[in-house]
Amino acid sequence: MSRKPLVREVPPTTWYFRQPRYLRYMSREITSIFIGAYCVLLVVALHRLSAGPAAWEGFLQALQSPASIVFQFLCLVAAIYHAATWFNATQKAMPIQIGEDFVPGNLISGAHYVVWAVLSVVVLYLAGVF
Amino acid sequence: MAKSHKPLVWFPFAAGGTVIAFCIPVIVVLTFLAALGHVPAGLGYEKMHAFATNWLGKLIIFGVVALSLWSSAHRLRCTCYDFGLRADTMAATAFYLLAIIGSIASAVFLLRI
Repeated sequence: MSRKPLVREVPPTTWYFRQPRYLRYMSREITSIFIGAYCVLLVVALHRLSAGPAAWEGFLQALQSPASIVFQFLCLVAAIYHAATWFNATQKAMPIQIGEDFVPGNLISGAHYVVWAVLSVVVLYLAGVF
Repeated sequence: MAKSHKPLVWFPFAAGGTVIAFCIPVIVVLTFLAALGHVPAGLGYEKMHAFATNWLGKLIIFGVVALSLWSSAHRLRCTCYDFGLRADTMAATAFYLLAIIGSIASAVFLLRI
C-alpha cells in the first residue's frame, strides 16, 4: 500500500501568473515569436534580393507600410530585450575560473555588452548610417 | 554510454542565441530605419548585391540567417510548451522542419545571387 501521493496542481496555461519571476521568464520567451517572424522576413528579403533590383526596391517600399513599421518596432524591442537578458545570463552559463577564484560575473556580462556595442557601431558605419 | 541527439539541437541553439543577441538588434535597426523612410546607403540594391555576391558575404548572411532560424525554432518549441501546448513532438517537428526549409531556401537564394 502506498500512501496518498503528493500531487502539485500546475495549471498548464496560467502557471506563470503565480510569481513575478515566472512572468519575467515568459516575457523573455515571447520575444522568440517576434524574432522568429523577423527571421522569416530575412529569408523573404534574400528571395527579393535574388530576384533583381526591381524586386528589392519593391521590398524596401513594402517595409514602409504602417503595419511593417509597428512590426519592426516590436521586433527591435524584442531583439534588444533578448540580447540584454542573454548577456546577463552569460555570467551564470559560463563562469570563468582562474586559479581558486572566479572572474567577477559582471565583468563577463560587461565584456559581452562592450563587444555588442562595438559590433553594432561597426555594422551601422559599414551600412552608411553615419 | 547512452547516445543523445540533444547536442545536435543544443549547439545550433546556443550558437544561434549568441548570433541573435549580437547581430539581430543592429539588423532590425537598419530595416527599421528603412521602414521609417530613411533607407541606409548600405541597404541599396548595388551595395546589398555586392555584399551577397562574394563568398565571405554569402557565408556571413547564411550563418546569421540559418543559426537564427534554428535557435528561434527551438525557442518557439519551448514557448509553445510553456503556454500549455503539450503536443511537443508535433511542435518540434513543425518548427525544426520550418527552420530546415528556411535554411535551404536561404542557401538557394544566396547561390542565385
